[in-house]
Amino acid sequence: MDITTILAGGLNTAVGPTTVVFALAAIGLNVHYGYTGLLNFGQVGFMLVGAYGMAITVSIVGLPFWVGILAGLAAAVVLALLLGVPTLRLRADYLAISTIAAAEILRFVFRSGPFVPITGGPFGIPSGPGGPGFTQTWDALNPFPPGSYQFGWLSFTHSRLWVTVVGWTLVALASLLVWALTRSPWGRVVKSIREDEDAARALGKNVFAYKMQSLVLGGMLGGLAGIVLALSQAALSPDQFLPQLTFFAYAVLIMGGAASVLGPVVGAMLFWFLISSVERFLLGTGIMPTGTIGPTRLALVGLLLIVLMAFRPQGLLGNKREMMLDA
Amino acid sequence: MREPTPASTALADVAPEPGVAKPDPILVVDGVRRSFGGLTAVDVEHLELQRGAITSLIGPNGAGKTTFFNLMTGFDQPNAGTWQFAGDDLAGVPAHRVARSGMVRTFQLTKALTRLTVLENMKLGATQQRGERMLTSLWPPAWKAQERAIEERADELLVRFKMDHMRDELGGTLSGGQRKLLEMARALMVEPVMVMLDEPMAGVNPALTQSLLQHVKDLPSFGMTVLFVEHDMDVVMDISDWIVVMAQGQIIAEGPPDVVSKDPAVITAYIGEEHGDESRFTPVPRGAGAPVAVIEEAPVDTHEGEDEHSGPHAEEREP
Repeated sequence: MDITTILAGGLNTAVGPTTVVFALAAIGLNVHYGYTGLLNFGQVGFMLVGAYGMAITVSIVGLPFWVGILAGLAAAVVLALLLGVPTLRLRADYLAISTIAAAEILRFVFRSGPFVPITGGPFGIPSGPGGPGFTQTWDALNPFPPGSYQFGWLSFTHSRLWVTVVGWTLVALASLLVWALTRSPWGRVVKSIREDEDAARALGKNVFAYKMQSLVLGGMLGGLAGIVLALSQAALSPDQFLPQLTFFAYAVLIMGGAASVLGPVVGAMLFWFLISSVERFLLGTGIMPTGTIGPTRLALVGLLLIVLMAFRPQGLLGNKREMMLDA
Repeated sequence: MREPTPASTALADVAPEPGVAKPDPILVVDGVRRSFGGLTAVDVEHLELQRGAITSLIGPNGAGKTTFFNLMTGFDQPNAGTWQFAGDDLAGVPAHRVARSGMVRTFQLTKALTRLTVLENMKLGATQQRGERMLTSLWPPAWKAQERAIEERADELLVRFKMDHMRDELGGTLSGGQRKLLEMARALMVEPVMVMLDEPMAGVNPALTQSLLQHVKDLPSFGMTVLFVEHDMDVVMDISDWIVVMAQGQIIAEGPPDVVSKDPAVITAYIGEEHGDESRFTPVPRGAGAPVAVIEEAPVDTHEGEDEHSGPHAEEREP
């Protein structure tokens, strides 16, 4: 077993498309939870509607790729409105319950029999079911000639490199957006809602409207994460969108530091570096059958998270001064 | 007893009886009733508050004072009734619009925004901020100038409240009394017409009480009307132009301090009681039918963090 192979593998995952997907999803959660205090436990639902919105529009309906992207984002906006209108006037826990339920309902509906012609049922949507798939335009736009690319320890195929480059650009833009918003008076209002929404209301702020804006923005970032996920695998199926994805995204956010602009990005890189290198390490030692490695690596990463939280409760980039205040 | 003020002079000829009309009312309340299940927490037939006056709202715990505040400011909706503030009908208007219309409240349990700095707390209070619109916020040139003006105003208020040295501290690091000061200063950032203070002195040490008191006394000179709930009778007698007494949701008396303090109904109900535990007596409103049960706490409040105010309640002292 070679330590450099393990680290190189971990590093490849840490800069790859999966990390991008979780960074985007966690940036969305950061807007919700970190800045506004909204408990969205169904971020995976936003990823699902984003991915399916794009894939159905392009592969099934046959509209252009760009329309598909817009449809995916629009689907996330609609989901945010549907969830927000009835729950955002109520206490925070109602949103939490509705979002976790909505995400599961969506997954079951998308895999159910009656919707097979649109969603492909449990098998989902491959990129090209008998026609131009949703990755056709995407692949055509790829500026990198086919082949494999090597940068030190990192290696990419041309299509993975393309997703990675676009993905990190999106992460950078999303982070920039969150930075610009949260340093503005708008950010001050949403943070005040996180602290005490009655105080914000007493000062004349329309709390419902701000919560809705935050829910929509974070949901769109979740939808974008779903679109990148679908593009990176050139296929999607409903059972990828399990509830634990939301909690992975929360782990990413808490690890990196909630309410910090780059926390979700650093958290996503660290999370997937750990997952991947622990997996490779277990594989290399050969101490257990391959089937048990999946659960074991999660358990080990969970343990590492607990240790991190014990010694650095504010996360890697979080503000300790803020963390130590009791609300 | 305090020096005569313009408001107390204007109110000198008003008869001290519940529901009496005032010469220049800013808030007029009619038939506001709020029940929780079978309990009537607030049942105010008619009440007028004089513009520019400091009016105290007193009454035992559970009298419905905080619920009345919640109703007036849109934090709770009544079962019946209307009220006009500066000529605008406020029934059914959401809380944030009430605040924008110039009626700003503070809370019995202070709501310092703990993970914002004192300055951010203050700046939040300013209304009509261009940078608070989501899309505009992305273009700083559109709001930077306004932000500077707001910051200047916030700094002036912080100096006036002697909190300028805490400017960059997080709200959560302030003491209970400093939070009360911050909350009042923040409310003034809204540039209100009327300030509703819910127990602004509770849990504050005597020295700071004097300073808070002076700030409240100054408000009418800035053109503001004050309604405040307070249990400390020394404070109430010292500061009020007019006193309104509530018990079991109803207004049982109102009048200038010297009259109310001699009102037999009020004395038996409230002020003259020498026992420490005020919850033991539940005065019956004059002319009321069957007594209604006492509501311990209004829905917006929780007892959370009440140990902050662990000092002996002011009303336990003799008047």
